[in-house]
Amino acid sequence: MSKVNIKIEGIPYEVDEGLTILEAAKICGYQIPSLCAYNHGECSQGSCRVCLVEVKGARGLVASCVYPVNEGMEVTISSPKAVAARRASVELLLSNHSMKCQQCDKNEYCELLYAAKVTGAREDMFLGAKTPTTIDELTPSIVRDTSKCILCGRCVERCKNAHGKSVLGFEKRGFNTIVAPAENRSLDNSPCILCGQCVSVCPTGALMEKSEIYKVDEAMKNGKYVVVQTAPAVRAALGEEFGMKVGTPVTGKMAAALRRLGFNKVFDTNYGADLTIMEEATELLDRIQNGGVLPMITSCSPGWVNYAEFYYGDLLPHLSTCKSPHEMFGAILKTYYAEKNGIDPKDMFVVSVMPCTAKKGEKERPQLSRDGIKDVDAVLTTRELAKLIKRSGIDFTRLPDEDFDNDLVGDYTGAGVIFGVTGGVMEAALRTAYHALTGKEHGLIKFEEVRGFEGIKEAGIDINGTTVWVAVAHGMKNAKVLLDDIRAGKSKYHFIEIMGCPGGCIAGGGQPYIKPQLMPNEDLDIIDTYKAKRAAALYSEDERQTVRQSHNNPQMTALYEQFLGKPNSHKAHELLHTSYEAKEPFKD
Amino acid sequence: MTRLSEAAVAQINEICARHADEKTPLMMILSDIQKEYGYIPLEVQEIVSEKTGISVAEIYGVVTFYSFFSLKPKGKYVIGCCLGTACYVKGAQQIVDKFSELLDIAPGETTEDGLFTLDALRCIGACGIAPAVTINGKVYPKLTTADVPKIIEEYSSLGGAN
Repeated sequence: MSKVNIKIEGIPYEVDEGLTILEAAKICGYQIPSLCAYNHGECSQGSCRVCLVEVKGARGLVASCVYPVNEGMEVTISSPKAVAARRASVELLLSNHSMKCQQCDKNEYCELLYAAKVTGAREDMFLGAKTPTTIDELTPSIVRDTSKCILCGRCVERCKNAHGKSVLGFEKRGFNTIVAPAENRSLDNSPCILCGQCVSVCPTGALMEKSEIYKVDEAMKNGKYVVVQTAPAVRAALGEEFGMKVGTPVTGKMAAALRRLGFNKVFDTNYGADLTIMEEATELLDRIQNGGVLPMITSCSPGWVNYAEFYYGDLLPHLSTCKSPHEMFGAILKTYYAEKNGIDPKDMFVVSVMPCTAKKGEKERPQLSRDGIKDVDAVLTTRELAKLIKRSGIDFTRLPDEDFDNDLVGDYTGAGVIFGVTGGVMEAALRTAYHALTGKEHGLIKFEEVRGFEGIKEAGIDINGTTVWVAVAHGMKNAKVLLDDIRAGKSKYHFIEIMGCPGGCIAGGGQPYIKPQLMPNEDLDIIDTYKAKRAAALYSEDERQTVRQSHNNPQMTALYEQFLGKPNSHKAHELLHTSYEAKEPFKD
Repeated sequence: MTRLSEAAVAQINEICARHADEKTPLMMILSDIQKEYGYIPLEVQEIVSEKTGISVAEIYGVVTFYSFFSLKPKGKYVIGCCLGTACYVKGAQQIVDKFSELLDIAPGETTEDGLFTLDALRCIGACGIAPAVTINGKVYPKLTTADVPKIIEEYSSLGGAN
């Protein structure tokens, strides 16, 4: 790439051509406050006007997030004029903001608050009318509060990229402009898949998860037998909430923290993941051998399941009937585990800690409860767990490493751990399917072709002379390509893994926020590398496991021998499988 | 959600097909639909979304951004009251208020009988004859509130809602 010479504050730098001033300045060691710009121009509306700088010869101040560098450019960030302009921009945003910072669940991560701090903006400089407010709390997953929205457009762009067809958009005009689903409907009455990617990128509290901490409090207060389970991706990111470097696995500390929070049992959802593999691999082989509907598509990601129900009602028979891991685990806890331990399932309260906002909606599905007893009662995101830990005064970083409980249930293998990253479910399933078909373990264990962050990955796995074709997609935009091929009858695959969020669960909508401006101790390119760092945390835990195939989990063998019979048995179907139903994108 | 008639769906599909080869067809499609039907409800936007791959949210954004597009059917007679600077200082607000009072609708709304829609417009470029009102293209110059009942009467007597 060709270079250009620029000066910032009079100091010469050589930077890549094509960068914006904001990006170039960052590399040169300057952090210009900015709000609307995000992730290398994924969003760059140039609309918030917070990143104004002086450029010699330019007319007025320029928005550095959209202004490209060019040869000989002289940029001043610290001139009184630029400083005052940036402060005024933030003050104007504050004038139409709800300013309930104390009560706002996002205050610790609020980029507007940060921008106000660094620019010295005062909250009452411009007083006047405020845009009419909509607070939408109808979905089980996401709360939208327009009184905190700064109209930066990040969520709109992310929704376009993750969902494919943005559910959120700008509507109306001028002072009345809001970001909302069409007609300012509730997200609950729109084709929102609840993935929470919008929440991940929102710089303020305008989009947040719907907290269920109170449900956990209530269950404990009411003396329920409260069992907690945590998804694989949570351990790869929870540490970030406590100032640990991105990619630090905190499995042991997390187990210790959960125990100190007063949960009666602390389990790992990986057990459920192993169980999912037992069922799903069997289902796949059955479909291949008995002429079932192919390709079979994974069903662990509730965001993806929602998407399928909205847009691909005709392809629902392709979805594996397997419940997702935490739901399977919930069902086993409330039957097998409860029975063996003499607990009334009505008195048991299962809490899932998930990297996901869509899981909050998933647990409400009528298909996922039996006789009025839900498989899972509450879902907390990784962020909510961090809040719970902080609230309880636990000094997380100084906790000892402890193990999860594993009496009767809870043991897990490396295959379960990698569920949290795109390609992981596929890899785990292949390890077991290979064994089921050949009676041997696959020598390599690792299936490199399905790892990494390419939008669509594919591989042909030779099993006993037959090639099994598999594909992996993450983010609905990528999935759509594979789905349209199936619809057109030209898909060559036997098995497809789809995850709703780009990158898989490690970058789920319930994971700690990645806000480079607020992460001074991370690498400069953290926005590009955090997924790989979190994924590495999971792959390394897989490698540390002595048992790395779900079918070799001794508790699986026991569960089937003593309770379920065999994979896909009648009882397994009753407890571990589910059904889907096509939905209208707009209910009414 | 109410469903459209097959004929309407076919026609909207036809309008979309008309502009299929254009690079940015949305404005043209919406413009044709607006002209054809007089409004663009959400059901129609959903069809346009299917045909163009543009999300309903984005289409809705465009429809609500431009005042030329309408989400609700307009009345047979569209009263456009100019509220540009010149008309405003000449008392246009009182004219709008009078129409609003006599027709019992707020600006942007349509009477129940479907006869009148009241729109408050920005400058229509007729500052020399302020305050000005247009009704289905016909311009009424230098109005006073006293003229308003007569004008309503004139169109009411023509009658014949859509």
